[in-house]
Amino acid sequence: MADLIATNAMPGNSNWREAIEPLTEQERTEIEHLASHYPRPQAATIEALKVVQANDGWVSDGKLKAIADQLDMSPDEVDSVATFYNKIYRKPVGKRVVTICDSVSCWIMGYDELRQKLCDHLGIPLGGTTTDGEITLLPTPCLGACDRAPTAMIGEKLEGPITADELIAQVEKARGGQS
Amino acid sequence: MSADINRPLSSRIKADGSVTNLAEYEADNGYQGLKKALGMGPSGVMDLVKDANLKGRGGAGFSAGLKWSFMPSPEANPGPRYLICNADEMEPGTFKDRWLMEGDPHQLVEGLAIAAFAAQAQTAYIFLRADYDLCAERLEVAIKEACEAGLLGEDIQGSGYSLDMYLHTSAGRYICGEETALINSLEGKRAVPRAKPPFPQVSGLFGRPTAVNNVETLCNLPHILQHGVEWFAGLGIGEDNGTKLYGVSGRVKNPACWELPIGTTVREIIEEHAGGMQDGVKLRGFLPGGGSTDFLTTEHLDLAMDFGTIAKAGSRMGTGTMILLDDQTCPVGMVLNLIEFFAQESCGFCTPCRNGLPFIRQILRDMEAGRGKIEDLDRLKELCGYIWIGNTHCALAPGAAEPLQSALKYFREDFEAHIEGQCCPFGDSPAEAGHSHTHAQETA
Ligand SMILES: Cc1cc2nc3c(=O)[nH]c(=O)nc-3n(C[C@H](O)[C@H](O)[C@H](O)COP(=O)(O)O)c2cc1C
Ligand code: SF4
Ligand code: FES
Repeated sequence: MADLIATNAMPGNSNWREAIEPLTEQERTEIEHLASHYPRPQAATIEALKVVQANDGWVSDGKLKAIADQLDMSPDEVDSVATFYNKIYRKPVGKRVVTICDSVSCWIMGYDELRQKLCDHLGIPLGGTTTDGEITLLPTPCLGACDRAPTAMIGEKLEGPITADELIAQVEKARGGQS
Repeated sequence: MSADINRPLSSRIKADGSVTNLAEYEADNGYQGLKKALGMGPSGVMDLVKDANLKGRGGAGFSAGLKWSFMPSPEANPGPRYLICNADEMEPGTFKDRWLMEGDPHQLVEGLAIAAFAAQAQTAYIFLRADYDLCAERLEVAIKEACEAGLLGEDIQGSGYSLDMYLHTSAGRYICGEETALINSLEGKRAVPRAKPPFPQVSGLFGRPTAVNNVETLCNLPHILQHGVEWFAGLGIGEDNGTKLYGVSGRVKNPACWELPIGTTVREIIEEHAGGMQDGVKLRGFLPGGGSTDFLTTEHLDLAMDFGTIAKAGSRMGTGTMILLDDQTCPVGMVLNLIEFFAQESCGFCTPCRNGLPFIRQILRDMEAGRGKIEDLDRLKELCGYIWIGNTHCALAPGAAEPLQSALKYFREDFEAHIEGQCCPFGDSPAEAGHSHTHAQETA
């Protein structure tokens, strides 16, 4: 879906001219720990990308190369995995990612109004980031909380059932709060 | 707290949303099933679960005991073996496994340990979908508590059996739920399905014998071990055994998930448990078990929700979580919403699915926007055939065809009204509106 392209597409150049951006000591240790769960360290690729993303908010070319180094893979291999998954961001996102469920039960229960009002309020389309760099808005498939439709997530916090006005209020609260 | 023997899977789940911890779990017969299993030996457990006829709750309804029995013996194929819990739960309209994991994570840990023991696996993984942060937190704690209590890890309870259990959190793609795609994902690869055969039981994770079981399937095991086959058979109403988690979403008074005897009727689930439709709306149809099942209609309300009965009616029980279509919701829009999902989540491996789904999506978007043509109806039917079983590499595409083909059958007049009126009779075309923004796409 085009809305996801904004955050999942590779950064401008993909010929790996960027220098390696070293992982932090903590990132290295965490990835090493995760890799120990599998007979082959490459199995930890997705989790390694998530470790970096948890710190940086997204995965830069430089960090991706560092992961490739640590797991003994080529950067292209790691990127082929990174670009496959919806929740790995290959471009910078806002301080908080807000996702709105666009799947069937939420659609029946009022997704369109949520999306429209929130987009209007923030002045961005789905896939966009507010100019202050605080909020990125993305659609998400069914959040597995259809009994609470319509649903949204602000960071890791699930909300639902929620009205457009309540969602706007929650997003504004998150915007004001510390990350 | 005392176990409700008629609601074994959910009796420990607290209404206030807090978690059942190890002490509470153990005080309520927790880990007794595992201890019993360790005393019975792997083949004893496998036979018991086969006799219980526990059918897989992930959607296909395949016998759990039988599945493990297809793994070659460790003597015939020495080396590592794996048991994987499928906790991806990304089927639209499905919200049952989350409930089990958030409320009673030890039940899953115990069930997975029993399955791993029966399959003689030394390593077990829980493959958890990306957005289930609370489940992840609680499962991590449960695994740690179980390790510290000697219920996982080296030489469990002095039995000589050792099991390592790990939580793996995904990064969001529906196809990861397909078991062979899941295995690729767990190996750190793109989640594309593998050809079968070889089946995972023979050559699965890292090329080794592997069984994949759904969360709800596994959660049944501690209880079957403790209370036996006859008890389990007595729980069901019709031809299937045990209980089932049923859910209802859509415009009902009380959308939720309940544990009920398997074989409870659709009517009882919707009218009694979900409280019936909201005031002023009427039921028109329902997807019985998630977004990839065929519509049934109000004619089918008295059917038993079990695997065989729903299949005979032309649909699938799937995950058992129903999505209701009411008289104020556009059936074409609903199908379009589902097709948008499947087209986005297609892994792109095979052409009928990769090309067919966007083709269908475009026809439906046009129809919703008032540009439908009468030939489109035949074209849609034809396309459902192209993406049907046998033409595609996995079941995602046929699953996408199910709501569409059945909507064409049961709600044909709605499709025709879109075409004749050159607009959506239900008003604003929401699906189209949802995508008008994408042209003005700004990068983040
Ligand atoms: C596209 C697709 C998605 C699936 N998603 C899930 C899922 O999220 N959870 C699940 O348990 N099974 C899912 N399945 C079914 C699995 O492939 C597999 O049959 C199941 O995990 C087996 O467990 P069970 O025998 O305990 O039901 C999916 C299948 C397909 C084709
Ligand atoms: S049917 Fe779709 S999801 Fe399945 S392998 Fe083919 S392209 Fe991938
Ligand atoms: S459809 Fe939105 S949470 Fe399931």
